[in-house]
Amino acid sequence: MTRHRGRGMASINYPIGMNLGGDPSQALVHSNPSGKFTVALSSIDLGQGMKSVTRQICAETLGVPVEDVYVDTADSDTGPHCMGSFASRGTHRVGNAVMAAAREARGVMMEAAAEELEVNAADLETDGRGNIHVKGAPHRSISTKDVAIAAQFKQGKTISGRGIFLVPLSNVDPETGEMSPATCYAHASLVAEVEVDDETGDVAMVRMDSAYELGRALNPRLVEQQLVGGAWMGVSHALYETPEPYYPDPVHGPRDFVEYLMPGPGDICPHDIAVLERPAPDGPFGAKGPGEMCANPVLPAVANAIFNAVGVRIDDLPITPEKVLRAIKAQGGARPQARR
Amino acid sequence: MSKIPLQFRHNGRDVAIFVDGGTNLLVALRELIGDMTPKFGCGQGGCGSCSVLVDGELHLSCLTLAETVAGRSIETLDGMKQGPNLHPLQRAFADNFAAQCGYCTPGMLMAAKALLDRNPSPSRDEVIEAISGNICRCTGYEPIINAILAAAGGQVSA
Repeated sequence: MTRHRGRGMASINYPIGMNLGGDPSQALVHSNPSGKFTVALSSIDLGQGMKSVTRQICAETLGVPVEDVYVDTADSDTGPHCMGSFASRGTHRVGNAVMAAAREARGVMMEAAAEELEVNAADLETDGRGNIHVKGAPHRSISTKDVAIAAQFKQGKTISGRGIFLVPLSNVDPETGEMSPATCYAHASLVAEVEVDDETGDVAMVRMDSAYELGRALNPRLVEQQLVGGAWMGVSHALYETPEPYYPDPVHGPRDFVEYLMPGPGDICPHDIAVLERPAPDGPFGAKGPGEMCANPVLPAVANAIFNAVGVRIDDLPITPEKVLRAIKAQGGARPQARR
Repeated sequence: MSKIPLQFRHNGRDVAIFVDGGTNLLVALRELIGDMTPKFGCGQGGCGSCSVLVDGELHLSCLTLAETVAGRSIETLDGMKQGPNLHPLQRAFADNFAAQCGYCTPGMLMAAKALLDRNPSPSRDEVIEAISGNICRCTGYEPIINAILAAAGGQVSA
């Protein structure tokens, strides 16, 4: 019995969002008389951090502190339309919609401030701390709260904005079959190192090293969190999880968490991540989105690493000990490949 | 079937309820006490999201018969923070981005508390062992392990 080390890599291009119906999302932004802002979305935050990121985008666009923005999500009865939280589209699509809505709301806010300060709105700027002042004359200042109060109770203005982001639907060219399904692609490369036991077929993760190019990382800690967790989901799909282990035969299909195999905290390995930021021209502040692609390169990289370790090419997921062992037996033993 | 009267301590407070025979502790806590912090994940001890402390010891409330906790002391996540102040473990989980969807978090925090209550400075392997009965879909465990080690080392923000 020997445990063989192997290393494999995979690189991916990952389209952000999708092409169905142009994949639109809408956002509404309005101020309350307290000078705080509410972003209304029907998009949902599944824990990936969309509330945090749209809050940042709105605050940055309005020029107000992030504490002054509240994001209300996930009610498709009362919120403006959104296609949903999938396809890594949240930051890019919803973020763009929020940015457009916040820009419109900012315009009204600046007009209202201009009326109070008796200047031209074009001469005003925000300080990002909750004040609006005349450019070059910070003492001629008014708080966003006072602007909101004046707009509501004196001027009769709604400080609000509407935003939508829509990539026009790309149809398939009937002659060539060509289409342009996405406007924005993220990229990643990942190296996985594994150890394969040629007696049991067991595959253990040794380490992962990856680089992700995902536009500007608007919230670097959330991006890191997504990449760490998502890579582990990728490992889980590569080696553990399936609802149909003998598809299409339903036998031995798991019925619950006891039978549905997922890696536990004892199965993790070190993972070094480099985030490369190349702002996307059509992303909100240049952002694309880590989203689903954080899991994607792991699967082929692990499959390649197993080939490198024992010389068997498994093209059926998940790569269970049974499949590895059968393949090793079929080729008459482990055949470690050259390590690069 | 007649109801059984049941008294126990719930996060330091005496509670009294009537339960049906066979009711598990998770249902008693969520539906009869109204403490929604222990989560129903699988109902058969496979995921750890319903973890609570019974007399300081980690238990899966979905597999614990409610009647067996008579007179005992139950701690859940609901009793972890002191007024507005988060418990150091909760603070460490926030600082280390140890939650995404949050469904496993109550169980993870209780498993971590059970560990630190009996072993205030655990090794990384001891932390991994302590949460090995808890499944997390989102985080890849690494941030959770780091958070527990940070809390044990006193490395938490105010």
